[in-house]
Amino acid sequence: MNKILLIARREFLTRVQKKTFLITTILLPLLFFGFYALMIYFSVSSDEKYNIAVADVANIFKGKIEGDENINFQFVKNETAQTLKQQVENGKYNGYAIIPDTTNILNQTNVSVVTEKSVGLMSRGKIEDKINAAIEQQRLLKFNISSTQLDSAKKEGDIQFSTIGGKSDSGEQADISYAIGYVSGFLIYIVLFIYGAMVMRGVMEEKVSRIAEVIISSVKPFQLMMGKIFGIGAVGLMQFIIWIILMVGLNFLLPVIFPHLAAQMHSSNAQNQTMQAAETIKNTGLINNISGINFPLIIFCFIFYFIGGYLLYSALFACVGSAVNEDPQDAQSLMLPITMPIIFGIVIMTKAVNEPTSGLAVFGSLFPLFSPIVMMARISHGVGDVVPLWQLLTSMALLILGFIGTTWFAAKVYRTGILMYGKKPSWKEMWKWAFRRS
Amino acid sequence: MNILELHHLKKYFATQKAVDDISFDIQQGSIFGLLGPNGAGKTTLLRMITGIFYPDEGEVILDGKKFDPLNDIIKIGYMPEERGLYKKMKIGEQAIYLAQLKGLSRSVAVEKIKFWFQRLEMQSWWNKKVEDLSKGMSQKLQFVITVLHEPKLIILDEPFSGLDPVNANLIKDEIYGLAQRGSTIIFSTHRMEQVEEICDHIVLVNLGKKILDGSVQQVKNEFKQNVFSIQLSGIPSAISNEAFEIVDEKANKLTVKIKEGFTSNNVLKYFIDQQINVEGFNEILPSLNDIFISLVEGTKATTRSFQKV
Repeated sequence: MNKILLIARREFLTRVQKKTFLITTILLPLLFFGFYALMIYFSVSSDEKYNIAVADVANIFKGKIEGDENINFQFVKNETAQTLKQQVENGKYNGYAIIPDTTNILNQTNVSVVTEKSVGLMSRGKIEDKINAAIEQQRLLKFNISSTQLDSAKKEGDIQFSTIGGKSDSGEQADISYAIGYVSGFLIYIVLFIYGAMVMRGVMEEKVSRIAEVIISSVKPFQLMMGKIFGIGAVGLMQFIIWIILMVGLNFLLPVIFPHLAAQMHSSNAQNQTMQAAETIKNTGLINNISGINFPLIIFCFIFYFIGGYLLYSALFACVGSAVNEDPQDAQSLMLPITMPIIFGIVIMTKAVNEPTSGLAVFGSLFPLFSPIVMMARISHGVGDVVPLWQLLTSMALLILGFIGTTWFAAKVYRTGILMYGKKPSWKEMWKWAFRRS
Repeated sequence: MNILELHHLKKYFATQKAVDDISFDIQQGSIFGLLGPNGAGKTTLLRMITGIFYPDEGEVILDGKKFDPLNDIIKIGYMPEERGLYKKMKIGEQAIYLAQLKGLSRSVAVEKIKFWFQRLEMQSWWNKKVEDLSKGMSQKLQFVITVLHEPKLIILDEPFSGLDPVNANLIKDEIYGLAQRGSTIIFSTHRMEQVEEICDHIVLVNLGKKILDGSVQQVKNEFKQNVFSIQLSGIPSAISNEAFEIVDEKANKLTVKIKEGFTSNNVLKYFIDQQINVEGFNEILPSLNDIFISLVEGTKATTRSFQKV
């Protein structure tokens, strides 16, 4: 046991002390946020300013189209296409629109906008929106409908869902559950891949550098394998914790450091439909909904499935690493049977997060090769009703049995594979290694 | 006293009887040569002695007790043929780590490593990485790591490969020193001249079986062919005697093979009777190399074929 700790400690320290670890751990979230901020910045602050002359011969707009800081509509009288064109060329306006007197506000409303240069996608959308808004306004007036009347007609009814058990089952809560389930399932999926592959590369390194036998003469192969798995697992856990802290911290810090940017982010959010929905959640009772979600349980389950899934798969990755030689291509083909269930897992998860009680979701959340990914998607919908307690406990028990099973199998293959040089074995041969007497 | 006894060790793999009923004893403090052609089963045998493999049958007795891989590892230092180190790890740290895996505490490990590094003039290596070392240098480091916990039994598989003569001598001296201080050394190689020079006792394995066991002198005597070399003041024109026949003639030096039923005195008497001065006379013993080749050749050992067990 002591030796497993020694090995785990080395695996942990050598990785954590590497420059690449620092870079990926600290710079990655920063970069991520940087890109995010830049994207919003660019999308919001378009530099293109448009001053458009409107010759409203039919007088349908009554001399008014709302503009904004970038787009201005200036109404002109007694101008023809010819003179306007000239003024655009002179640089007085960036473009012009002529509404001929044959235009009827109710059916044929043709507005042709002529500009000096081709209009960018963002500005084009904005110009369209402004003109359409003005048209809508005028039409409503034509029908004698005030905008307050319209608003009250459009107002949504308040429809509430609840379960027979009397628990409220609000849509907002379902949305949050969906998000939590999806994100945590996806995170575990990534964990399995990144750190599983890291274990595999570590084992391959030991084999290629021929240190394996030197170490095996001091410790059991099982100890070496478990030490590696624990050490890299600790690296993963630490990396995740740092990421979470950084993400949360940046989320709070960014508006403080760049108040201007934050304001823009906010205004861009307001335009965004889904964000608007989030806004209403905030107003109607986000606190209420969040308190309906059992966070301690979800966090506990996340850590449990994170560790369980990692242990289950990393043992398999270790056994692939021990079987291959110098050629990384060999690893690719041997890895396929391991990566397939992970990918199946994520496919089932995307279904389970929508229909957490479907047969496929229940199967996926119990079967240990899929359960780390799938179960998280179901748990977020609530333990007790959506996920009966017996299912959760069975799933956990099966996962523990699963990783004991894969570790046993991997250890047997590993102790043979790590000392074998030469040709790449097939899974069939590795299966034989596992079941022969040693 | 025997430090190691092997009793009827067997290890069968799917396609080969890698070790097929091998027994021998090794005396404490001796330098023991384990010889054999490629694929004879040497590495498998060593892996069973070091506890990496469990024998299918038979037992290993270390230091008077049945070998217990878990607790006896500290008594053994093994330098495998397929050896290497973590390339990116600092040398000092790496040596400490490997010593700790053997079961030494950190402080003891540091102390011993410092002692050995000083002894072999490697102090400046401490903060270097293994990838900075040449092959010979890393070989030296590997040797230090193998022996630094002063194990009772040191197993070296081809320890001199990649070493220049100066460093090879340095390591050779250390091996003698360790043996004098009571360690027993098992030395696996197919370089016969080194075995002849270093080893007290040898065992030759081939096709998984032991085919020779004894001290170097014993083995040589066993395989001697009564061939002598005689240095004479002058060679007579015609030599004919029933006691010997001439194998080779070079200047004033004759190589003769004494026939059965005669002794070296018969040869000497012949030349003395002819008034020829005998300036030198000695027996030519076969080299281990010759013995090795004569024993192994023709057994298809070089192309050991796969077979069903």
